[in-house]
Amino acid sequence: MSGSSFSSTLTLAVGAVLVCAVTVLWLSSVRSVVRVVATQGIALGLVAMILGLHLRDAGLIATASVVLAVKGVAIPAFLGKAGSGALDRERRPLVNVPASLVASAVLIVLAFTAARGVATFVGTTAGALVPVGVATLLIGFFVMVTRRRPIFQMVGLLLIDNGIALVAFLCTAGVPFLIELGVSLDVLLGVVVLMVLAQRLRSEFGDLDLDDLQELHD
Amino acid sequence: MILVLILVLPLLGGATIAAGRGRPSFGWVGVAANGATLALGVWTAVRVVRTGPLTGAGVVLRADALSAFMVVVIGTIALLASWLGVRTVALELATGQASPARATTYAVLVQAFIAAMFLAVLAANVGVLWVAIEATTVITTFLVGHRRTKGALEASWKYIVICSVGIALAFLGTVLVYLAALHAGGHSASALDWTSLMTHAHHFDPAVLRLGFALLVLGYGTKVGLAPMHSWLPDAHSQAPAPISALMSGVLLTVAFYAILRFKAVTDLALGPGFSRALLVTVALLSLTVAASLLLTQRDYKRMLAYHSIEHMGLIALGAAAGIPLAIAAVLLHILGHGLAKSVLFLTSGEIMAAEGTSQIDGVHTLLARRPALGGLFGVGLVALLGLPPFSLFSSELLMARAEFEVGLGWAAIAAVVAMVVIFVAVVGHARHMLFGPSTAAAPLAPPPRWVAAPLVGGLVVCGFIGVFAWPLSGLLHAAAHVVAP
Repeated sequence: MSGSSFSSTLTLAVGAVLVCAVTVLWLSSVRSVVRVVATQGIALGLVAMILGLHLRDAGLIATASVVLAVKGVAIPAFLGKAGSGALDRERRPLVNVPASLVASAVLIVLAFTAARGVATFVGTTAGALVPVGVATLLIGFFVMVTRRRPIFQMVGLLLIDNGIALVAFLCTAGVPFLIELGVSLDVLLGVVVLMVLAQRLRSEFGDLDLDDLQELHD
Repeated sequence: MILVLILVLPLLGGATIAAGRGRPSFGWVGVAANGATLALGVWTAVRVVRTGPLTGAGVVLRADALSAFMVVVIGTIALLASWLGVRTVALELATGQASPARATTYAVLVQAFIAAMFLAVLAANVGVLWVAIEATTVITTFLVGHRRTKGALEASWKYIVICSVGIALAFLGTVLVYLAALHAGGHSASALDWTSLMTHAHHFDPAVLRLGFALLVLGYGTKVGLAPMHSWLPDAHSQAPAPISALMSGVLLTVAFYAILRFKAVTDLALGPGFSRALLVTVALLSLTVAASLLLTQRDYKRMLAYHSIEHMGLIALGAAAGIPLAIAAVLLHILGHGLAKSVLFLTSGEIMAAEGTSQIDGVHTLLARRPALGGLFGVGLVALLGLPPFSLFSSELLMARAEFEVGLGWAAIAAVVAMVVIFVAVVGHARHMLFGPSTAAAPLAPPPRWVAAPLVGGLVVCGFIGVFAWPLSGLLHAAAHVVAP
């Protein structure tokens, strides 16, 4: 891959990850959010693939395939199964959509300021994009604290996770393949456990907002 | 080879239990497997102290004195918890609270949980360490929610969500350390090996490492239950079945702290002790304050024990902040003593709850007169946990305080003592209500069977023994402390 086409395809894929994160903020139906999560997983896998091809790194290309399979296909498939029906619509988030979008703009600026040091330290084309990963991570946090449906908390968690994975790819071309395999397995199992729990919560508490979890306190 | 065996034995136990399909007698297979693993752990410790670190499974596993010590701690608490687990499962089957299938799942998950903790402390690579600790979160979530009550479900949801966020931050921290290591000339395949991190630490970029270590303390600190990331802990520890609370509070917290200790060693080599010290002192004092203020008003005795864990994790963090070998040896002794006392207490509280039918402090009274065995165990356990002699927590707290004064953290040690006095008064007040008073019943109620009481008494005896005689452990503690505090 030539230098300039490498840098522009990489920027495109990295940008897609962030766009997906912002898109989550203005969606309320589970089905479309799951589609966005799948798109983000694929974009993340492509980032790894582009870097792997550029660096001719077989381990990274293998990692990219794992990411595509786990985050682009398997996890969205699990999420989609649970999120059928209108029950899971996010009807009243703590912060409404326009305000959420403004907040995401602030978070992106914050991420670029905070991660500038690391970006210069890495010193590569990929490294310059590290703030995008941090921005995705921050938006994930924002989703987690402002959405009240269990499934949206899971999506927030996945955004955080994808943001961190993006930082890892851009900073260090990912962690070694075997470790990435373990990490992906953990994330996948974590999502399965969360799905099962969410179903049990629903059968126990009915149509649940997380604010309804008031059983335990001091 | 022996290290691989330590990982495989608990899993084999789990597989056998699965084959037994919920027959209670198969629970003993798990106990036997964990007992054998403990024996292997002791043997490993002896060998490591004599001849230096062992490796296994190529270079994936590595045991130095610190790992060996942690293996012994995990093995001990696992033996206790799985022993009492046989009792828990039998009671649940008898009362129809659990089906044989659910009882089997429970016992198999416990064995997987124990194996994951062994992997965490035996991993040569800090990436594998992360994978193992995240695996413990995934596995224990179902164990916390085992009872399927509203409370248990809520606790397990909070637990996995908060801990997953925490552990994700720890992964970001690991990535930053990896970045620093690659730039310092590490080779990508081995750069995350702890020994390689230690050799290259001098060349790490200070700014990147500072950020990385802060994220690691925040991330693993969530799993340790350090304030302000502790909010999941009282819920999870109070809702889980007693053997799970014992394992989570007795060892899982300190296994996560083990990860912080490893990274602290790297950070201190690169940056000097100042940075990690400031960070750890802050979270330690915050944890002690939170524990003290919430223990005063506690109405549930399992939650009381949970907040007590936050206090002890604060003490351990403060000891680690001091960082000299004496301090680390005391921290490790405290990890073992706290593990023993706290798991005995959680297991006893499980018996009390089964007998009295409530976990409210107000609901339990005159326990010493009505149920002398349970009341006695609970009382003596609290004496140990509050750091009174002859139990080992007394010596370790004293040694930690001495080390803190030596490095100029005397003010923090004094602040810790103030918090401990408040906690002492609060816990003694709660305990007096539960234990003392004249009995209205004619004769004491039936004690728990001897095979249930024996391991609990044994745990307390060991905790007292190592408080009085240091010799069985001193060599190991000394060697382990020097691993992370050269």
